[in-house]
Amino acid sequence: MNNGFSPSIVGFFCNWCTYLATDLAGTSRMKYAPNVRVVRTMCSGRVDPQMVLWAFRHGADGVLIGGCHPGDCHYQEGNYKTLRRTIMLRKMLAQFGIEPERLRLEWISAAEGGRLRDVMNEFTEQIRRLGPLPEKVEKREAVAA
Amino acid sequence: MAKPKVAFYWCASCGGCEEAIVDLAEGVLKVVEAVDIVFWPVALDFKRSDVEAMSDGAIDVAFINGAIRLSEQEAMARLLRQKSKLVIAYGACAYQGGIPGLANLTEKEAILEYVYHQSPSTTDGAATRPQQHIKVPEGELELPEFYDAVKTLDEVVDVDYYLPGCPPTGKITFQAIEAILKGELPEKGAVLAGDRALCYECELNPTKPEKLLVSELKRVHQVILDRDKCLLAQGILCLGPVTRGGCEAQCVKGGMPCTGCFGPVERVRDYGGKALSAVASIVDSTDEKVLAKVFEAIPDPAGTFYRYSLPSSLLRRRRMAVSSRQEIS
Repeated sequence: MNNGFSPSIVGFFCNWCTYLATDLAGTSRMKYAPNVRVVRTMCSGRVDPQMVLWAFRHGADGVLIGGCHPGDCHYQEGNYKTLRRTIMLRKMLAQFGIEPERLRLEWISAAEGGRLRDVMNEFTEQIRRLGPLPEKVEKREAVAA
Repeated sequence: MAKPKVAFYWCASCGGCEEAIVDLAEGVLKVVEAVDIVFWPVALDFKRSDVEAMSDGAIDVAFINGAIRLSEQEAMARLLRQKSKLVIAYGACAYQGGIPGLANLTEKEAILEYVYHQSPSTTDGAATRPQQHIKVPEGELELPEFYDAVKTLDEVVDVDYYLPGCPPTGKITFQAIEAILKGELPEKGAVLAGDRALCYECELNPTKPEKLLVSELKRVHQVILDRDKCLLAQGILCLGPVTRGGCEAQCVKGGMPCTGCFGPVERVRDYGGKALSAVASIVDSTDEKVLAKVFEAIPDPAGTFYRYSLPSSLLRRRRMAVSSRQEIS
């Protein structure tokens, strides 16, 4: 069902794995949905739940966090912290009326350009089906903390 | 030199902050000697019209506690702001929304429906709701508007300083009043409490391990506390690490974990997000199923992490159902 809505998705990608996968997808000329705005962090463990909440408040319909596979984190355990926080955060988002599916966590290594392309496409489509996040608290242009 | 004029007012409040002033005990006499209380509805007989008759800035300091949910509360806050040189948001409700702020997890319609129609103590014949305007034989009556969301004080008026706590302790209240009397207040917008997280004030801090990991989370009714060991290290949900200090860890001294009433430390925008982050991070597992099981000990993350701060949070309130959406200014 195409409801004519183009999702706004924020992607927090770790420098060592998912961000490099995105580079690889690019240099390999892979085509994928342009809806994800990528924010590079050194580790997925740097992604503070406040950043996810900020994204939802300021117009994001979905948030994607990309990190290294378990066991492969460049900083040893950062991605484990991300996993723990994301599980709890999804539980809490549901209480705010934000469907837990709008927050997605993926382990994508630097070699998986194709996987990155697939996740970008799948997640965009999933958010399109969920629809825009209702009643955004702030208009997109009013960005004051 | 004339004594400074002081006002106290309560908005969506439990009255605990008013109690906190009274609880200064013998200390309140020093306060009463040093200042001139010109408005305090809970304790003194001054009227709103007395405040309206004052000139702008005639009141030196207004301590306003309670959150904002009624148009009357907003109107009184604006009136006091106009008539006061300084406005201090007193207590967690004025600062971050407080316990009443948890109403932002539900909706106005659901609240009115439950309170006036569905509650166990409501008899059928009494199924009527208060109306904002109603004509009675004597004339027309008005009630304040009940907003769609609970707001913090600084969403409706410019606030000079914040005194956190549920309620603020006698010590930080005194310190604030002293600072006002001496003219030694910090930069505008400051939170007048500690600078660091609560752990630094807690006497159990030496027992907190360098690398804190727990295999399960426990609620206070499920365990008998070891009073000599860091509560969080025992798996009890203590929010000390993410909560501003200044309260001298009274709750922990009393055998209960910190629930975060002093709000976040400096530079944290959203208390609940930070608290969630800290608590989730220390669970010692890398398996999704195990983590989900451990997190069952927190069935209500929003209520636990945003107990005092929901209206001040980034999301502010639960998304409203389409039919009851209204502009939240």
